[in-house]
Amino acid sequence: MSAPSPTILKLPDQSTATLPKKNFINAEHGLLSWLLTGDHKRIAILYLISITFFFFIGGAFAGLIRLELLTPQGDLVSSDTYNKLFTMHGIIMVFLFLVPSVPATLGNFLIPMMIGARDLAFPKINLLSWYLYIAAGTLMLTAMALGGVDTGWTFTTPLSTHYLNTHVLTTAVAVFIAGFSSIFTGLNFIVTIHRMRCPGMTWFRMPLFVWAHYAASILMVLGTPVLAITLVLVALERVFGIGVFDPSKGGDPLLFQHLFWFYSHPAVYIMILPGMAVISEVVSTFSRKRVFGYTAVAFSSVAIALFGFFVWEHHMFIMGVSNYSALVFSLLTMLVAVPSAIKIFNWCFTLQQGSITFETPMLYAFGFMGLFTIGGLTGVFLGSLGMDIQLTETYFIVAHFHFVMVGGMLMAFLSGIHFWWPKMTGRMYPESLSKLAAVVTFIGFNLTFMPQFILGYLGMPRRYHAYPQEFQVLNVLSTAGATVLGVGYLLPVLYLAWSLKYGAIAGDNPWQATGLEWQTQSPPLTENFTEIPIMDHEAYDYEWLEHKTQHEVTHVG
Amino acid sequence: MDSAIANTQVDHDTAEHEHVVLPQHRHHFATEEQQREAGSFGMWLFLLTEIMFFGGLFFAYLLYRNWYYDAFVAASNQLSVPLGAANTAILISSGFFMALAVWASEVRKKAMLVVFLILTILFGVAFLGIKAVEYHEKYEKHHIPGASFDASQFINPSAYGLNEKPLPPDMAQKTQMFFFLYFAMTGMHALHMVIGLGLLFWLLARAQKGDFTSGYVAPIENFGLYWHFVDIVWLFLFPLLYLINRHPLAH
Repeated sequence: MSAPSPTILKLPDQSTATLPKKNFINAEHGLLSWLLTGDHKRIAILYLISITFFFFIGGAFAGLIRLELLTPQGDLVSSDTYNKLFTMHGIIMVFLFLVPSVPATLGNFLIPMMIGARDLAFPKINLLSWYLYIAAGTLMLTAMALGGVDTGWTFTTPLSTHYLNTHVLTTAVAVFIAGFSSIFTGLNFIVTIHRMRCPGMTWFRMPLFVWAHYAASILMVLGTPVLAITLVLVALERVFGIGVFDPSKGGDPLLFQHLFWFYSHPAVYIMILPGMAVISEVVSTFSRKRVFGYTAVAFSSVAIALFGFFVWEHHMFIMGVSNYSALVFSLLTMLVAVPSAIKIFNWCFTLQQGSITFETPMLYAFGFMGLFTIGGLTGVFLGSLGMDIQLTETYFIVAHFHFVMVGGMLMAFLSGIHFWWPKMTGRMYPESLSKLAAVVTFIGFNLTFMPQFILGYLGMPRRYHAYPQEFQVLNVLSTAGATVLGVGYLLPVLYLAWSLKYGAIAGDNPWQATGLEWQTQSPPLTENFTEIPIMDHEAYDYEWLEHKTQHEVTHVG
Repeated sequence: MDSAIANTQVDHDTAEHEHVVLPQHRHHFATEEQQREAGSFGMWLFLLTEIMFFGGLFFAYLLYRNWYYDAFVAASNQLSVPLGAANTAILISSGFFMALAVWASEVRKKAMLVVFLILTILFGVAFLGIKAVEYHEKYEKHHIPGASFDASQFINPSAYGLNEKPLPPDMAQKTQMFFFLYFAMTGMHALHMVIGLGLLFWLLARAQKGDFTSGYVAPIENFGLYWHFVDIVWLFLFPLLYLINRHPLAH
């Protein structure tokens, strides 16, 4: 056996270590104490369980899609059923997994702790947001059980208003409610970050995790209501025949597209910014360096949020919009690549000459940086007008957004879950098994989605359940990759559950990280800190941490 | 230097802690002041989401008004300006009494607070009453979009005794789009009024118990913000829907 790889992990002596006697998990007992809690950490755990549930339901639909596409003929399911499969996959993954994934779990758990607050500003609204999420999820499951919906996740009119007899209304109501859940999360974060920072915690001492969540919250608060009114108009059109999107009554279906994408493009930044939030923390901790260009990374989050509102029309280049506006939106789209690139470059410079170690969260973070870069750059392809007309509505676009959403966001989510797992539960996950899972996920992901770039480039359209014989080899590769990917996602569920009972005791700060959340016990107390901390140093100040640790040792000695 | 600032901040906070006496003070806020600021900031943000929500409707209005201007003018002329103006006055009065209610809560006068809340409710209900009369008139004139919608009075206004410019049939059909938007926008506004009235009854019940006249003003203040927001939406709806082209036709 080779020597174990170097690690920064420092665990307390396992023969004497115990979990803290009092913490937020055992502060109160019984199901009701969880269901009626106001504690942001408990609500984060509730969210974590629920989004994992919906992730696997959405994942099961993806599995069926890939199984159908194993052969060129439409043999496993009928084309109608196939339409329902990709619709339900998209709706569940977008609205019930990706949008709440990092903010509602890690963000909820960590933002108050990172800024030295006892809770979010509005604990009851936080709980309400979880109940709205559950109501939306239940409605969605009901719609599925009653026969599903087949509009595509985009609810495109007039298809959704005139031509389908599936459960469009139920699903639209579910998405409307899920939207309010997201609005309340964003609103809570913004108020908390503005008003609840501890003494000394200036804006430019906040961890970049908080900055990125702040930017994502602005998008949630400003974008989601537009989706809400759009869905209301779709519902009114279905129920009362109001014709705002109906050409036969003078309405314009393109207006629907404008309103829908005005939310749904910023929504992809709602999904990715919290992922970037995680990566900043992880890259800094496992390189033992302050994030390079802290201010630039902080402002790039805000820039992404700002530019994100002015690019929506790039989803509509082939839909008959004016050539001049298409030109402007194409240029604006490329502009968004700039702040994203600022982040990637700054993380690379953070790594440069850092003391890099390769624990699981860092492996996932490397996965994120590579895959997000590919996803982002292919986004620039699609943002250029000529390429877009060739590639849109093909598998190229499917591959592009899965690289960003799955390769980017899901990798970041798993990175964050592993990184803060010891803080959330007080116990370590098994390191070698989790490294295996990270590698399996990476390989499975590339095998699934890399062939789809080629398929799309060769002209295979998305959303069809049958395809010409010549595309089969690449589709088989993709389906094989999906199987590997499925294993990669199941592994963490199993070993993280195992670690709840058998994992090593983590101690307060196993990663030697600098955030305020690490300077308190794991799992934390209900009120987070015994006394409100005073922030007297910059973020990511490893010298401060070293000094503090030395001081503690001499103090005890 | 920063830590010095931090220290004075702490001193300031502990000084404030001594007079935290309100039962409504929640433990995770360092001070009462912080709690009040957070609440009102949260309310402003919520109103921002409301602006974006109504914004979608206003955007649709802008688009179709430009496309079908003649139809919008003709349809707008069918709305009753006196009723709309009366409703504007009524809603502003309701908002005025709400502002007085906030003041009464701040100066801790319970009886006055209760009276002002009741007046706010009465004027709010009056607004909805007039709105209902207007909706009923639209029903009688077959101006409600849908199967029974009748555009003939816009094609041949003189047959209905109207002093209007006749519209070509395809443009006349577009008056339906005006009425879609009229019902969607005023309907969404009325829904906000109904929710507001529900909240007002709840605030009234609590005000009678003296909840808001012992220094705890936040719910009254934040509801006041919401109520004024609903007023302001109407102040945009009234000119956009009722006053598109109100000068009499030249003859």
